[in-house]
Amino acid sequence: MAKILVGMSTCGLSAGARDTYEELKKLLSDDSSHELTLTGCIGMCYREPLVEIRDNGTRTIYGDVDAGRAREIVDKHLANGTVIEDYAVYTEDASGRKGGAEEPFLTQQNRIVLRNCGVINPESIDEYTERGGYEATRRALTVMTPEQVVGEIKESGLRGRGGAGFPTGIKWSFAAGNDADQKYVVCNADEGDPGAFMDRSVLEGDPHAVLEGMIICGKAIGATFGYIYCRAEYPLAIARLEIAIEAARKKGYLGDDILGSGFDFDIKIKQGAGAFVCGEETALFASIEGERGMPRIRPPFPAEQGVWGKPTNNNNVETYANIPWIIVNGASAFRKYGTEKSPGTKVFALVGKIEKGGLAEVPMGTSIEELVFGIGGGIKDGGEFKPVQMGGPSGGCIPEHLKNTPVDFEHIPQTGAIMGSGGMVVLDATTCMVDIARFFLDFTQEESCGKCTCCRIGTKRMLETLERITTGEGNTEDIAHLQHLAQQIKQASLCGLGQTAPNPVLTTIDYYEDEYIAHISDKHCPAANCSALVSFNIDRDKCTGCTLCVRDCPVDAISGGKKQFHVIDQGKCVKCGKCITSCNFDAVYKA
Amino acid sequence: MSKRCIDPAKAREIAERYPAGDGTGLIHALQDVQAAFGYVPCEAVEVLCEHLGVPISKAFSATTFYKAFSLTPKGDVVIRICTGTACHIRGAQTLVDEIRAVLSIEPGETTEDMKFTLETVNCVGACAMAPVVSLNGEYHGGVQPGAATRMIRGEE
Repeated sequence: MAKILVGMSTCGLSAGARDTYEELKKLLSDDSSHELTLTGCIGMCYREPLVEIRDNGTRTIYGDVDAGRAREIVDKHLANGTVIEDYAVYTEDASGRKGGAEEPFLTQQNRIVLRNCGVINPESIDEYTERGGYEATRRALTVMTPEQVVGEIKESGLRGRGGAGFPTGIKWSFAAGNDADQKYVVCNADEGDPGAFMDRSVLEGDPHAVLEGMIICGKAIGATFGYIYCRAEYPLAIARLEIAIEAARKKGYLGDDILGSGFDFDIKIKQGAGAFVCGEETALFASIEGERGMPRIRPPFPAEQGVWGKPTNNNNVETYANIPWIIVNGASAFRKYGTEKSPGTKVFALVGKIEKGGLAEVPMGTSIEELVFGIGGGIKDGGEFKPVQMGGPSGGCIPEHLKNTPVDFEHIPQTGAIMGSGGMVVLDATTCMVDIARFFLDFTQEESCGKCTCCRIGTKRMLETLERITTGEGNTEDIAHLQHLAQQIKQASLCGLGQTAPNPVLTTIDYYEDEYIAHISDKHCPAANCSALVSFNIDRDKCTGCTLCVRDCPVDAISGGKKQFHVIDQGKCVKCGKCITSCNFDAVYKA
Repeated sequence: MSKRCIDPAKAREIAERYPAGDGTGLIHALQDVQAAFGYVPCEAVEVLCEHLGVPISKAFSATTFYKAFSLTPKGDVVIRICTGTACHIRGAQTLVDEIRAVLSIEPGETTEDMKFTLETVNCVGACAMAPVVSLNGEYHGGVQPGAATRMIRGEE
């Protein structure tokens, strides 16, 4: 009997996994010898929808499975055991020998956080416990003392995966050391950095790991209640968490007297309402309390006064997902991965102009080059690598010549970027660095809560300046003006949003000042990206008058009949580039 | 803006899911209202605030702060174009411009016939599938110029 797993997390669904699943369900409806189920994200987003067949100890993962391929899999693989080599992305035979086109993508990783993602059905607590789930909870609650739990986490050297990298065990010991009638465990699942989706994948693919991390934290610090603050843009993550919490309650892992240990703990989901600043912990607490999500001054730190003014420990999703593994395998096993000061692994979202976009978990200290070119397969369509953007709107761009930088909490900040939560956006030669800076300032300006004047007005002024530069209206003082404003905003803002908002501008000026100068002095965008500074044209010598671009143009901006030269109406053109890709004669060019 | 009448009993039913006189449930209750009506109608705010014992100004403070809330009704089809970093560099702005041109509305606006609302969203977390567009919550990845228009035409 074979087990068929369809990857049904948001990436899979956006690639059409629902249709694939429905087709398989229909085809297998009168065949009870196979089990059809769903799973989370295995990280190969670039080959979604993914379907895995497990049969007699073998595994075969197929990529790009639409309804047609689903039928072929049923006809060939399930009916007579023939593996369809053409789109088998990963295979494992009964003796454990691995193969398939994308085998290196998976085998170059060390999966601790993602241990169950794409492996189990996230909606089944039984599949989680079969893989050793809730063993850590049992140990922490019935064998270990709270001091031992804190000690083990301290010993592991685990540092917060949300971006700041504060040692988790030390943070726990602060909250544990404060006496109060009530304490709280908070899980920050407000993954707001655009370009990062590690936490979403963990919540959608292995929600129980996060619950376990929180239960163990509760025991360690003496808290009996936890909140998961999850952003509203992740409806599937919230749905899977709800199923997981309900199942954990039924099995007695949440509620009163868990596993007969006398320890009570329960968890509630608080859905975010669309404010990036709520990723900042004091703003997050305010939001949980039903207020506008505006940060406040620290101290008092959350370990003294967090949610409802009570001692609170706040970690992010990935941090909690590491906890059960550390409790079961021990701190020294964890320290075998990563570097001395940044032990363990880190999950990265490889996106942008990269060949193999997806999720990869590697030991801390792996270089950018290994990630982008080794696992990620290099730049999309053989393009030219420019920088990689890390840390989202708070981070910066790391240029090509620093691609050997080890990715950990020590080395990344030296480049001017930050570790952030793990979003790695790869940019190529067609990306304009001034536009990237403008993009992030547009983001932070809109997301500033408005409390600090320098953040509220300063980011607006920086954005206006960048908009002028990208539309060819910049002047020579603009670069110095941006740097001056950046320093003021960094110094005079209360929370991380304002303190880091200028980073994308500062790092792009540092590494790509010539691009700023080209926009300002030559009114030229070297990447041919800023629409005010480029136009689309058709080369009369190359145009054969085939009308393909005329028909493909979404806004009917191209005129000309058969065998006539085609002309682009610059007033109507939205500069989408569709004509460039549709032309078979390279007649359309950007200038 | 066209005015739609809401069922006050439905607003009351939502309010009563939360303890009377406890203002901490405000955001959750507003989220329920948003989900039930597709926006936050003023009449529902009044019912909610009376039940929770909070001033109406506080409800408006929250609804104008958080992006998930809309004080105006939305169209039958809500088109959300992700403009996160990965989608941005893979052409999300072009998709926004295309839909703006096709529907003659700006992001945040609704067509006069109440059929379509165009919105942008910071990041839906499907970055590897960029650019991503969702129609009433159904995600589509790798959307090419022209494809978004065809999706909308399919909804007409």
